[in-house]
Amino acid sequence: MNLLLEISNNTLAVTATLTGIGLVFAALLIAKLISPKSYSVKKSEPYECGIPTRGESMIQFKAGYYIFAILFLIFDVETVFLYPWSVVMRSLGPQGLLCIGIFMFVLIMGLAYAWRKGALSWK
Amino acid sequence: MFNFGIWTSEFNNFLMGFLPEWATVLVECVIIAVLVLLTYTVLALFYILYERKLCAWFQCRLGPMRVGKWGLLQVFADMFKILIKELISLKDTDRLLFKLAPYLVITSSVVMLACLPWGNGLQVINYNIGIFFILAVSSVGVLGILLAGWASNNKYTLIGAMRSGAQMISYEISLGLAIITIIVFAGTMNINELVWAQDKAWFIFRGHIPAIIAFLIYIVAATAETNRGPFDLPEAEHELTAGYHTEYSGIHFGFFYLAEYLNLFIVSGIASLMFLGGWMPLHIPGWDGFNNVMNYIPSVVWFLGKSFFVSYVIIWFKWTFPRVRIDQMLSFEWKYLMPLSLANLVLMAVFVALGWHF
Repeated sequence: MNLLLEISNNTLAVTATLTGIGLVFAALLIAKLISPKSYSVKKSEPYECGIPTRGESMIQFKAGYYIFAILFLIFDVETVFLYPWSVVMRSLGPQGLLCIGIFMFVLIMGLAYAWRKGALSWK
Repeated sequence: MFNFGIWTSEFNNFLMGFLPEWATVLVECVIIAVLVLLTYTVLALFYILYERKLCAWFQCRLGPMRVGKWGLLQVFADMFKILIKELISLKDTDRLLFKLAPYLVITSSVVMLACLPWGNGLQVINYNIGIFFILAVSSVGVLGILLAGWASNNKYTLIGAMRSGAQMISYEISLGLAIITIIVFAGTMNINELVWAQDKAWFIFRGHIPAIIAFLIYIVAATAETNRGPFDLPEAEHELTAGYHTEYSGIHFGFFYLAEYLNLFIVSGIASLMFLGGWMPLHIPGWDGFNNVMNYIPSVVWFLGKSFFVSYVIIWFKWTFPRVRIDQMLSFEWKYLMPLSLANLVLMAVFVALGWHF
């Protein structure tokens, strides 16, 4: 809207997205046309420093990451709630400040609980 | 300050003179796409050289010197070499996800680049939730990295992607809270309005103590968000060969490489937008003569100068601090940085409510 006054933001966002997709597609096309091709069994194996691969790699992985993903979910949703408040914070006045104070107090209690339970330390 | 909107609206009127409306929009969209693409590639190439030269100077080396004057053509040679390398197809990979990952990574950085304000009236996407849109799009890049690591069917890439995912989602919270701190102060999320709100003085000066703390939190979180500096353990080359993009070859790897450097520019651009005034020249209230002199420097130069400065600081981190371990990295975020940024947000809200700012 800022650059050219006639185009809507959604059109521009779609244009930018298509630009990104087009960049990857065009570069891959050029690379496929001019790059050499060869095939061997060894070449198509995963690179794990020359040692033959053992077992599957798409496995259930360390649960520690999962705990942080759950914590992230809670706090990211919290920040999503904070965005609209932050825009209108000046017009809400002291009442808004109090409400968000209670909201954040509950969340900080949640963080304290997770901390106490040892969810924040890497095991 | 010169408004680039004059040129663009004149061009728009010129096209409207002899084309129907849909054709005008189409032509303009194509021109925008080409410009964004050119900016993207030129910036990425510039950043690769910038980092290589800075790294060299930090270590008392010269850096690339052979190709072209002072090695200026080295990046073009590198990119061309990457382009003509073979794309190795591996067995047992998840082909769809393996090929989808570069699309996600590149597309998210292109859309973020299009949101940044380059100068007065020189901005492509200008949503009223601008900065929130940028953060939302940046999360798509994380998805690309996770997919790349998972689909490669390699232990190194899996560990690299998991570390990268954990790191990027963790530090995204601090990043978001630092940005919210400034939104509380500015009262808007529109990028254009954010820049104009810094007409009198930049936010880092207007918001003084909480804004400076938020800036420091932002810089640390941004370093982690771009997988750089002391937080480069997703691609710790001594442990994981190359992290999540170990199995990518040729231009496939090049996409991750480009996106990494572009993300460095984008986080620096957001830092300069939120804290250092975007394209707004250095204004000091009351010093009218000084402000007028500063206005003569083009807005694009201001924006790029500030962004390159912030990038310089982030690259400097890389050569100053040793790499952290994953437990240190996670506990630093969750036990220190996030409580600090929450407290800082409350501090800023109190400062704004009481009017203790300029």
